[in-house]
Amino acid sequence: MDYFRNIVIVAAIAGAIAGLGMTVAQQFATVPLILQAEVFEEQSSKAPATTPEMAHEHASGAAAHNHGEGWAPSDGIERTGFTLAVNVITGIGFALLLVAASELFGGLGGWHQGVFWGLAGFIAFTLAPGLGLPPELPAMPAAELGPRQLWWVGTVVSAGVALGLLFHSRSLVSVLAAVVLLVAPHIIGAPQPVSHESPIPEGLHHSFVVAAAVTTFLFWVLLGGLAGFFRERFIHAA
Amino acid sequence: MNTFSIKPEGAGINAAAALTTSRAVPIFMAALLGVFIVGGVGFSHIEAVHNAAHDYRHSMAFPCH
Repeated sequence: MDYFRNIVIVAAIAGAIAGLGMTVAQQFATVPLILQAEVFEEQSSKAPATTPEMAHEHASGAAAHNHGEGWAPSDGIERTGFTLAVNVITGIGFALLLVAASELFGGLGGWHQGVFWGLAGFIAFTLAPGLGLPPELPAMPAAELGPRQLWWVGTVVSAGVALGLLFHSRSLVSVLAAVVLLVAPHIIGAPQPVSHESPIPEGLHHSFVVAAAVTTFLFWVLLGGLAGFFRERFIHAA
Repeated sequence: MNTFSIKPEGAGINAAAALTTSRAVPIFMAALLGVFIVGGVGFSHIEAVHNAAHDYRHSMAFPCH
């Protein structure tokens, strides 16, 4: 059980630091754009309202777009606090996956190797699914949630297996299988909305796609590098 | 392949051979925990969880709404 414990320790430290870094980066890069989009969202939800009562009803709640009437953190410090908590928790989750996968291949040999594993995580979890389902802003149209989540999971898993094949095997068959696994989800195609018409200006969405991709890239590189760094101290030395 | 100092039986053997049950089980458990955490936060249909993680899900491009 020491081995399991050490994997968790490495993942917890790397995930917590990378999650903290990600929160700071998001506050500068993605969150301002999400808040801008919410203004458009609120305007568009107000527009069809014909009576003042209806308009008021839409404008009053923080939960405007399909958030229902349930609890939501209030804007400001509470909202940022929850984003930080979620970044740290999922940072640890992604770190567990990264460390576990790399242990199958013999473990991370230092921070530099970790950076490359972080790059692999970025390809599998962001780049591959993001080609079909780019980062979205609030109020943007999208297909049904269930099929999109299914496509997302399938694409991430097939990209992960493809990278494993490319990394592990030098045979032509493995390389071809990896290429098929990387391409297949995009031939199947991600579920798309009936119409792409949206109240969000195209320029704002483009800025958001760039901001989300860059912050996520930084997150993965930091996560991989930290996991490699701490792996040497907690697992290799054990 | 000099990184296998976790279990004596793994020392000095190549990666495939060194993947003994004593290593595979903890690795599998760690991965399962990771899937549980990422899936739980990124894919939860519970409204409160969704709203708490809202900015994160948009920023990480998880399918949302």
